[in-house]
This record gives sequence, C-alpha cells and structure tokens, in this order.
Amino acid sequence: MAASSERSPPPFPDSEEPELLEDSDEGADAFTGTSISEMDSPSPDSTRPPKDIFNEPLEDIFSDPLSNVNSEPQKKVDTKIPSPSSDEAVDLFSDPLDDDSEVISSPEVQNPMPDLLNEPVQAPKSDLLSEPPVSSVKKAASAELFGDEDEEDLFKEPPKVVTKKPQPSGPPVDVFTEVKSDVKVKPQVKDDPTDLFAEEALTAPAPKPSASSSSSRTNGVHSDEHDLFSEATVELSLDSPRNDRKKKDAVKPSVSAPAAPVASSSSKAPSKTLEELEEEESEDTFDLNISVTNPEKVGDGMNAYMAYKVSTQTSLTMFHSKTFTVRRRFSDFLGLYEKLSEKHLQNGYIVPPPPEKSILGMTKVKVGKEDPSSAEFVERRRAALERYLQRVVSHPSLLQDPDVREFLEKEELPRAVSTQALSGAGFLKMLNKATDAVSKMTIKMNEQDVWFDEKIQDVENEEQHMRKLHVMVESLVNHRKELSGNTAVFAKSVAMLGSSEDNTALSRALSQLAEVEDRIEQLHQEQAANDFFTFSELLADYIRLLGAVKGCFDQRMKAWQRWQDAENMLQKKREVEAKLLWANKPDKLQQAKDEIAEWEAKVTQYEREFERISATVRKEVIRFDKEKARDFKRQIIKYLESLLNSQQQLIKYWEAFLPEAKAIA
Amino acid sequence: SFFPPKLFKRQTLCDMIPLVHSVSVDLNNDASLVIDIPDALCERDKVKFTVHTKTTLSSFQKPEYSVQRQHEDFIWLHDTIVETEEYAGLIIPPAPPKPDFEGPREKMHKLGEGESSMTKEEYAKMKQELEAEYLAVFKKTVQVHEVFLQRLSSHPMFRKDRNFQIFLEYDQDLTVRRKNAKEMFGGFFKNMVKSADEVLISGVKEVDEFFEQEKNFLLDYSSKIKDATAKAEKMTRSHKNVADDYNHISGALNNIAADNNTAFKKHLEKCAEVFEKLRKVEDRMASDQELKLTELLRYYTRDIQAAKDLLYRRARALADYENSNKALDKARLKGKDVAQAEENQKQCLQKFDKLSESGKKELTSFKARRVVAFRKNLIEMTELEIKHAKNSVSLLQGSIEVLKSN
Repeated sequence: MAASSERSPPPFPDSEEPELLEDSDEGADAFTGTSISEMDSPSPDSTRPPKDIFNEPLEDIFSDPLSNVNSEPQKKVDTKIPSPSSDEAVDLFSDPLDDDSEVISSPEVQNPMPDLLNEPVQAPKSDLLSEPPVSSVKKAASAELFGDEDEEDLFKEPPKVVTKKPQPSGPPVDVFTEVKSDVKVKPQVKDDPTDLFAEEALTAPAPKPSASSSSSRTNGVHSDEHDLFSEATVELSLDSPRNDRKKKDAVKPSVSAPAAPVASSSSKAPSKTLEELEEEESEDTFDLNISVTNPEKVGDGMNAYMAYKVSTQTSLTMFHSKTFTVRRRFSDFLGLYEKLSEKHLQNGYIVPPPPEKSILGMTKVKVGKEDPSSAEFVERRRAALERYLQRVVSHPSLLQDPDVREFLEKEELPRAVSTQALSGAGFLKMLNKATDAVSKMTIKMNEQDVWFDEKIQDVENEEQHMRKLHVMVESLVNHRKELSGNTAVFAKSVAMLGSSEDNTALSRALSQLAEVEDRIEQLHQEQAANDFFTFSELLADYIRLLGAVKGCFDQRMKAWQRWQDAENMLQKKREVEAKLLWANKPDKLQQAKDEIAEWEAKVTQYEREFERISATVRKEVIRFDKEKARDFKRQIIKYLESLLNSQQQLIKYWEAFLPEAKAIA
Repeated sequence: SFFPPKLFKRQTLCDMIPLVHSVSVDLNNDASLVIDIPDALCERDKVKFTVHTKTTLSSFQKPEYSVQRQHEDFIWLHDTIVETEEYAGLIIPPAPPKPDFEGPREKMHKLGEGESSMTKEEYAKMKQELEAEYLAVFKKTVQVHEVFLQRLSSHPMFRKDRNFQIFLEYDQDLTVRRKNAKEMFGGFFKNMVKSADEVLISGVKEVDEFFEQEKNFLLDYSSKIKDATAKAEKMTRSHKNVADDYNHISGALNNIAADNNTAFKKHLEKCAEVFEKLRKVEDRMASDQELKLTELLRYYTRDIQAAKDLLYRRARALADYENSNKALDKARLKGKDVAQAEENQKQCLQKFDKLSESGKKELTSFKARRVVAFRKNLIEMTELEIKHAKNSVSLLQGSIEVLKSN
C-alpha cells in the first residue's frame, strides 16, 4: 500500500501481517442479504402494559439463558414471517432502498427548502456540495474532530486517492471518492456525485405515509420540496427521516393516521442491505471542529463551578459564522444531553452520553486544593466533554438539532435546571434499569428478527468484555504509576549509593545512572497518562456508549410493546362488538364499530412506528459500529505511537549512559 | 507441585533463558583447579548440584571429579571456613543463599486459583511465563553456588583448604561428616560473626587510618547497597506487573475480537498481538534487569557483609590485644603470672598484626573486584536495555504501519 511503502516497515517477527493487510471490511459482509423479518404474532405476554416492564424487579436478568439465542448462523436470511396484521408492511420494509438513491439523484434534491424550524434560509445546500473540492483539506479538518490523528489520515489518504482515481473529473466526485478511499466502493457509485445522498436515503428504510411530510425539515441534504412533487415511492422512502425530525420538533409526536396504505410494494428493484449502503456512506463529510479548552473555576466555595471554553470551527452554513466560542459549565453539557435524549431517544437514536458527574472530584476542585489529582480530574473531564461534543456533532441527525446549535453558538444559555436529578449515577442507573428491562423483554418478545437477536446479544457480550478490558487497562495505569514511583525511589537510592562510592569513576557512573532512572521515571509517568487518556478513557466512553445502544434497543422494545397492547385492545373491542351483535344491541353497536376503527388505526400506526424505530435503531447501530471501529483504530494507533515514543526515548537515554558505564575504571 | 523434579543441564538452561553470567566476581583464570556445576537436579525445595572439578594440583588424587552436593553442604563448607581461625584475615566468600522458589511457586498457586477468570490462552501464557521465571530463579541458584566454589578455588589460601578439597573429592553423601564436622568445630567463631555493627562502631579506638576509612566506607556503603537492592527489586517487580497487565489486556482484546465480525475485529486482533509481544519484551527486560542489576546489588550486599565480617574479626582481635595489654599491666602490678601475660599479649599482637596485614590486602583487592563487576554488569544491562527498547520500537513501528495501512 502507498502508506506502508513510504517508510520501509521494520522486520516483523510474525508472519501474520498479510492477513492483517486485507481489506478490513470483510466482516461487514457477514450481514449481506439479511433482511429485516417481521415480528412474530403477539406473544402471550403482550397484554401487559409497557409500564410494567419498569416496575419489574431487576433480578436474574443475567441468569437468563440469553446465550442460547445467539447460536444461529450469521448469514441466516429472510426469515420472513408474514405478519397477521399487514402484508404490505413486510414488502415495504424489505423494500429496495436502491430506489431511494435513484430518486434522490434527481435535481430537485439539491435545492432543499429552507428549514421549517425558524431556520433562516441559509442552509439550503448540503455542505458537501457547497464545499470546494479540496478533498485532503476537508478530510483533515473533519478528522480532527475525532482526535489528533489528522497527520496520520493526511498521510495516508491522498496517495490512495491518486492511485485509485487518477481522473478527478468533477469536484463532487473527488470529494466523494476521496472520502471513501478505504471503503469498498460500489461500481455504480464511483463516478456518481449524486450518490452522496445514498447515505441519506438510508435514513428512510421504513416507509411512512405521505401525510406527515408537510412539517419536515432539512437535515442539510434532503429536499423537502421534491417529495411533494415526486412519485409515491420517493415520498415513502424519504418520509420517514423527515417524520423523525418532525417528531423531534414537536413535543408530542402527532403522527398522522394511515392515510395511504402504502403502495411501495411495487418497487422491486434489487435491494441493498443496510450494511452495503452504509459502506457507501461517506465518512467525515462535514467540516466541524470542536474543542473544549480553558477550564476555569468560577466563584468560590461550594457554589463554585468549572466553566469551559467551547470553540467551534466550521464551514457549515447552518452556523452563523465560521468560528465562534462560548463558555459552558458542566451542567450545560448535561442539560444538552437531557434535551437530546428527550427528543431523540424515543426515535431510536444513539444519543452519546456525557461524562458522569463526580461529586468527590468536583468537591476537591471547589475546595480549591491545588493538588495533582484535582488537576488530573479537571483535565480528564475537559477531555471527556470534548469527546462527548465531538460525538454529538458527528451524528448527522443530532447535528441538525437546534439545541446543539444553540449550545455551540448562543452566548447565554438558559441555566439547565434538572441536571441535579440527571447527574452521573442517576442517569446511569436509569439507563441500566432500562437495559436490564430490555434483556427481560427480549426473552418474552421471542425475537424473530435475526439481526436484532444477534446484535442485542453481541452488544451485551461486548459490553461485558469491554468492562473487563477496562479493568485490565486501569490496572495497567496503576501499575505503571507504581513503576514510575518505584523507579524514582530507585533513582534516589542509586544516587545515594553513588555518593557513598569511593571509586571516582564508579561513583560518577552511578550518579549518571540515577539521572537516567529519573528521566525514565518521567517517561513512565507520561506513559501512564497515555495509558489513561488514550486507552482507558476510550474504553470508559464506549462502555457508556454501549449503554446508550442498549437504551435504543429498549426504545424499540417499548414501541413493540405498545403495538402489542394496541393489538390486544383491538381484539377486546372486536369481542365487545361480537357480544353486542349477539345481544342484539344496535344502539351501542356504532360506538363499538367506531372504537374498532380507532384501534385498528392505532395498531397500524404503532406497528409502523415499531418498524420505523427498528430500522432507525438498526441503522444507528451500524453507524455506531463503524464509528467505533474507526475510533478504536485511531486511538490504538495513537496509543501505540505514545508507546513507541517512550521506547525511542529509552534508547536515547541508555545510549547516552553506555559510555559512562564503559568509563568506569 | 507445579514443578516436577527435573534435571537441568547447563546447556538446557542457557537455551531456555538467554542469560549470561549474572554476577562477575573477576576470578583469575587459573587452570590448575577448575570447578563448575554442569547440571542440577531439582526435587521440590531440594536441589542437588553436580559439582565438577578438573585439576592438576598434586594434592588431589585424581585429575577429575564429579560429585553431588546439596545446598546444606555448601553452607557447611562456608561455616567451616568461617570457623577456621587461620582465615580470619580474609574476606570469606559469602555463602550462597538458600534456593528460594517461593516467589514463582506462590504465583503459580495464585494463578491456579485465578484460572477460572482467565482464558485458556491467558492462563497458558501466564503459566509459561512463570515457568520461565522459575527456571530463571533456578539458574540463578545454580550460578550463585558455582560462584561460591569458584571464588574459593581462585583464592591462594582457600584453594588449599582441606574441607574444600573433601567437598570436591568425596564421592559419598556429606551428611554424616557434616554432623561430625559441626561437633568438631562447634561454633568457634560462629557467635561472633553474627551482626556486629555496634562493635565496629563503638569498639576500640582505631589506630590505623586505612581501617578507619574502610570501616566508615563499608558501614555506609552496606546500608546504601542494601537499600538500593530493595528498591531495585521493587522496580523489577513493577515491570513484571506491567508485563502481566499486557498479558491480560491482550487476552481481553482477543475476547472482544472473538465476538466481533466487523472491521473492528482485525484492529482488535492486531492490538492483542502487539500487547502479547510487548509483554514478552517487558518480561525479558524485567528478567535482565533482575539479573544484571538486582542480582549484582544483592551479591555485593553479601560480599560487603563478608568484608565487614573481616573488619569485625580484626576489631575483635584489636580488643583482645588491648585486653591482653590491660591484663599484662595488672599482672605486672601484682607481680603475678607476668611471663604468661606477656606471652598472651605477644600472641594477641601477632594475631592482630597478621589480620591487619592480610585484611588490608583483601580489602584492596575487594574494591578492585567490585569496580570491575559493576562496570561489567552496568555495561551489559545498558546494552540489554537498548536491545529490548529497540525490539519494542521495531515491533511498534511495524504494528502501527500495519494498522494504518489497514
């Protein structure tokens, strides 16, 4: 590869490299062909109202034989179990998403309507298109968002682009291919600038009635206009994300009743799996760089708090200027999370959780003790807040949220009120409770969707392994600190020995050795910081994020429960009608019929909602997995580079000492 | 026991643990009496050393011997030498420490307890590492016993010692003789040898400036080197802990990778592999530090104690001489047993002078020996540190390249 040929790779003892050089996307294909199957008919438990789930004691969730569930092969495909309720739903759901991309490629798409949410007409185009085609710069800028690995990215991306695509014909094409250079590029995608939207089309895996389209707003890529004028399939496919967005805006989702019993069953174009489409999703297409800096104590005593400078650099036109800075306190960050989760969690979005509140750590800071542990605490939190914000804005949907923009841009933010309740342990408990409940429900639900069935188990396993790894890495941090301390103590002891030594040359060599050990102590200390900030914190973040993922599964479960409850209610209403017919009471019959109609509508609505949230969660999890893989790779490289640097320093130190040792006579 | 009885050939040991002689004692290369321990049999705590002797000295009946000796035989030999008054003016080579396999054994026990919480691979790696550690301890034990004999053989006085010759020649078990020998020499100097810093400090006023200086130096140096040894041990242990963490991290990463089937998997596996390799380097580094640095400090802690013992014996001799002076004064005053007191005083003076003379020589050569040993070991340790760091660098560079190009 271009990158590796630049520096000649040092000889490596093992022969496993070739394998590792392979395309890393192989794994994703495992899902190819999987289609979302229908849920089974209501399980016996479904009569239980959703709330019960949370009132349940949390015992032996883990003793449940969840592990058996996972034994199915990966490639199991198309276990379509026709739902009793709606056949067309099945069709709709597994519907070719390809259609969407075709449709989106129509010119109207590129002229989106102004945002409906009091957004001035300033973000009409996607930033992708409005951006000049300076691909490497763009890439670098966006890469910064995720850490300091931009050099690496810069280093390796451009050559690839050059080798793979020697004719950068049109600007959008260039942007596109560059961005995808390490992704399997589909042939038909390659030269098609409009495929930039393929990704966005993905947001519409679940069809929705067109009636709800009126209140949609742009997310920077979509047009609102086009669906009013284009064919039904388009509406269906694009509807859903808009509807989601509408839901975000409205406090209470007012999903319109099933107006059109959707006709998209006709669109039978070859379907791509979500994974495939996800492959095409351009990475880091937005240019938004956020940093959290200058933690500053405001006030005194127990009323004191830390304020942070939140700086944004962007070329996105949705913002008022290119660079801006605001001051935010910790509770503001928590407040942002609260607002976002209130709006987006119910739709199945993975809302990145903020760092936990730490009463102990903060009290130290408040009391104003200038000890290293409190400095470490502040730095740890600063870094965590920065990563948190970066994760929020890297979510294409969350980025569009007015609260996010307000958080980044607005000078004065109304004081977040309820963060006290939300703080740290509180919301974690809540999250855990929710996720525990999920595990329980999963069993009762008798999950028919193989993809979810496996994914839920995978996430559960991964979280557990991740926790274990986190413990190990924390132990490494502690042992490295201990090593640093012991090296310092040894250095002192050797210095003393040197001062006692009566042979001049040996005495000198020993005091030189003491100096070397002193420097090595520093190295260990720095490495311990790297162990912590680069490795341990990454794991801590992902343990929290996996919690959020489980929260999404829970939301899906809730939607399912609601649908099942509606089904049961409808059943009851039908029984009532039957009884009335039997008893020959025509006066009440009309009311019963009305009620049946009402519940039929609800069942249809809830079922669609469930399907929609399933699709969203699925897409979110795929996105999350990708992001995670990228994030880990970046961080692992960064971490290994820190180790490399340590070792290079070590060589320097010891090489400088060698002549001293040889000078002993 | 985790460690079955095993016969260790020197060659095998060297193959398994690539370590050179850990302690240099600058022995002269006199071919007239060459001793080595080519192998040893290990059964639980008992270690049977094969002591191999090649000699051209006429005092020996045969030119070559091979006998089996246990640690206790070495201690007996050391004790008899310490108890020989003739050697009071010499630095008696420190007795080898008792073979101590508690460290790795205890760890092995802990490992057995923690087996359930580890993956098979992790357990296997830990076990392998502990076995290597055990072997390293074993090898060190063999070496330190060998060094003891070699120091005796290279010393113009000790090499002629009768008990030493018996130790090398006698082809039967020494046990019976040892008991007899103990009865024979029953604690002649033994009680005195035990720690006597106070005597050295509060003792009689020193008349010789050389010994005054040596006394101050050795007392100071002894406490410093003891401290440095303890600190070096701690530092080495911390390295081992870091290496263990690397092992666990590698295992945990593999666990996550096992459940994964996305692009993530490769990164995790690569990362696990890196940690596994880092563990090896860190472990080797810790072992080498242990052998080149800690073991050097340890050995000279004992050797300095041996030098201090010499000073102590001289101080006792000086005190004896002063007492004999007082006794002579008394005798003269009383006019009784004057000749006997004079004779006694004369003997004490002779003994003290002899001790002082040989002591001066011994301490001077000890200093030279120590400097050479420190030089050798510090150079070797530094070279090994550089080697390991370079290994890590190329390992890390390679892995970073692979990850980046992935």
